[in-house]
Amino acid sequence: MDYGTYRGILTLVILVLFIVIVVWAYSKRSKTRFKDAANAIFEDEEKHNKTISNEEKGSEK
Amino acid sequence: MSQTVASQTEYNYKVVRQFAIMTVIWGIVGMSIGVLIAAQLAWPALNFDTPWLTYSRLRPLHTNAVIFAFGTSALFATSYYVVQRTCQTRLLSDKLAAFTFWGWQLVIVLAVITLPLGITSSKEYAELEWPIDILIAVVWVTYAVVFMGTIAKRKVSHIYVANWFYAGFIITVAVLHIVNSMAVPVSLTKSYSIYAGAVDAMVQWWYGHNAVGFLLTAGFLGMMYYFVPKQAGRPVYSYRLSVVHFWALVSLYIWAGPHHLHYTALPDWTQSLGMVMSIILFVPSWGGMINGIMTLSGAWHKLRTDPVLRFLVVSLSFYGMSTFEGPMMAIKSVNALSHYTDWTVGHVHSGALGWVAMISIGAIYHLIPALFSQGRMYSVKLVNTHFWLHTVGVVLYIVAMWISGVMQGLMWRAVNADGTLMYSFVQSLQASHPFYVMRFLGGVFIVAGMLVMAYNVYRTISAKNDSLKLDAQAQLA
Repeated sequence: MDYGTYRGILTLVILVLFIVIVVWAYSKRSKTRFKDAANAIFEDEEKHNKTISNEEKGSEK
Repeated sequence: MSQTVASQTEYNYKVVRQFAIMTVIWGIVGMSIGVLIAAQLAWPALNFDTPWLTYSRLRPLHTNAVIFAFGTSALFATSYYVVQRTCQTRLLSDKLAAFTFWGWQLVIVLAVITLPLGITSSKEYAELEWPIDILIAVVWVTYAVVFMGTIAKRKVSHIYVANWFYAGFIITVAVLHIVNSMAVPVSLTKSYSIYAGAVDAMVQWWYGHNAVGFLLTAGFLGMMYYFVPKQAGRPVYSYRLSVVHFWALVSLYIWAGPHHLHYTALPDWTQSLGMVMSIILFVPSWGGMINGIMTLSGAWHKLRTDPVLRFLVVSLSFYGMSTFEGPMMAIKSVNALSHYTDWTVGHVHSGALGWVAMISIGAIYHLIPALFSQGRMYSVKLVNTHFWLHTVGVVLYIVAMWISGVMQGLMWRAVNADGTLMYSFVQSLQASHPFYVMRFLGGVFIVAGMLVMAYNVYRTISAKNDSLKLDAQAQLA
């Protein structure tokens, strides 16, 4: 296979891969999973507060 | 005993605090040097005929200080914070994290010493000589280990999109730095690149443009995907779009480097390829910008009362502006006018001061109260003051450079009927002079804003524990 053909095929492979990613990202199956993922940043307040309060206790000692 | 158990379940905020504070300090240092060299371009006598005060030595110090000291400290601080909070686990190793902090500060101090001495490899944005390059590589690989190791031990199944951007940035910068810095040392302070000619130029701009694409873009997009939703109090507009955004951005950026070498000895097809890739890059860039800005849809009113959110959202507008301007300037015929002029400098600063600095400043204003157990910054009014100082400064800067740059481009290419040049270089320089003064003023505004920030941060940190928090709660009630 010459260099040009090889690059051509590689370009096609990457194009297909990109389409697969788009279809996967926008599929119904991923919908709830991604919704949960987007909201995950609000779910660790407890750990954050615990870190801060324990540090304060530590510094008072 | 209880301490050791606790330390495994909670977050390591010490290293985040250290980097966050150094972000503010290095920001002031780097931007002040920028103002000094801007003043030198308007009034050349300001180098006082002192070698280490000359523009040629201070300019790389300015770029290194703002990119690698200010910007990268902000990336270290936010990435360590975000990876812990979204993976709900402590950093892989406190010792390694501390090593990255002190190692990185040493790199910066060495840059501050060697660059004014004239010790340089002369590669743009990679000026530091080989012993420092090795130190950077060691610190950076440690950073990668800490970051990826923390993701590996995460307590949640999904890896939040911000971490993908941060990881992409960390891995790519390691590869770029190591490949581009390959050199043959001839003494402790002098080395020669192993690449030569057009290959050297291509490797340099493959590095240079991807430093923009991954350090100054992907890294800060990671910041955007955490701090914009967090500050707005609502999830990102479209998580699906963010996934496509990530893969499109990382697979395209790597090809855009040749647009720095239009009409040079680089093969013509490489230039054209770089141009096409740069134009396509517009699509994922704007996809990301829209995703960030639309996160506020339904909550636009928050912009009126929250200057921190304003920093974050206006940074995205500047991001949109510069990622429209960039692809346009990569078109060969546009580049024929813009290249080597102040337009390029204006474009870089619309990205660096508008996008990178504003998103970092917004993130730091979000971080400081959270890290120091305060409900809010000492003075929200001063955050607002900073916002306006910075915005006015950036606008002054980029407008001055647009006018000066386009004018330079037109004057340089103007020819008389007999084919001779219509203007000498000095004539174009004289025409640019008022705009150099205007740029200097813009810089003064920006540094003034950073000093306001430093004062505000200091007052927030030194406020009695919880005094601002109680105040904030009282206001809410």
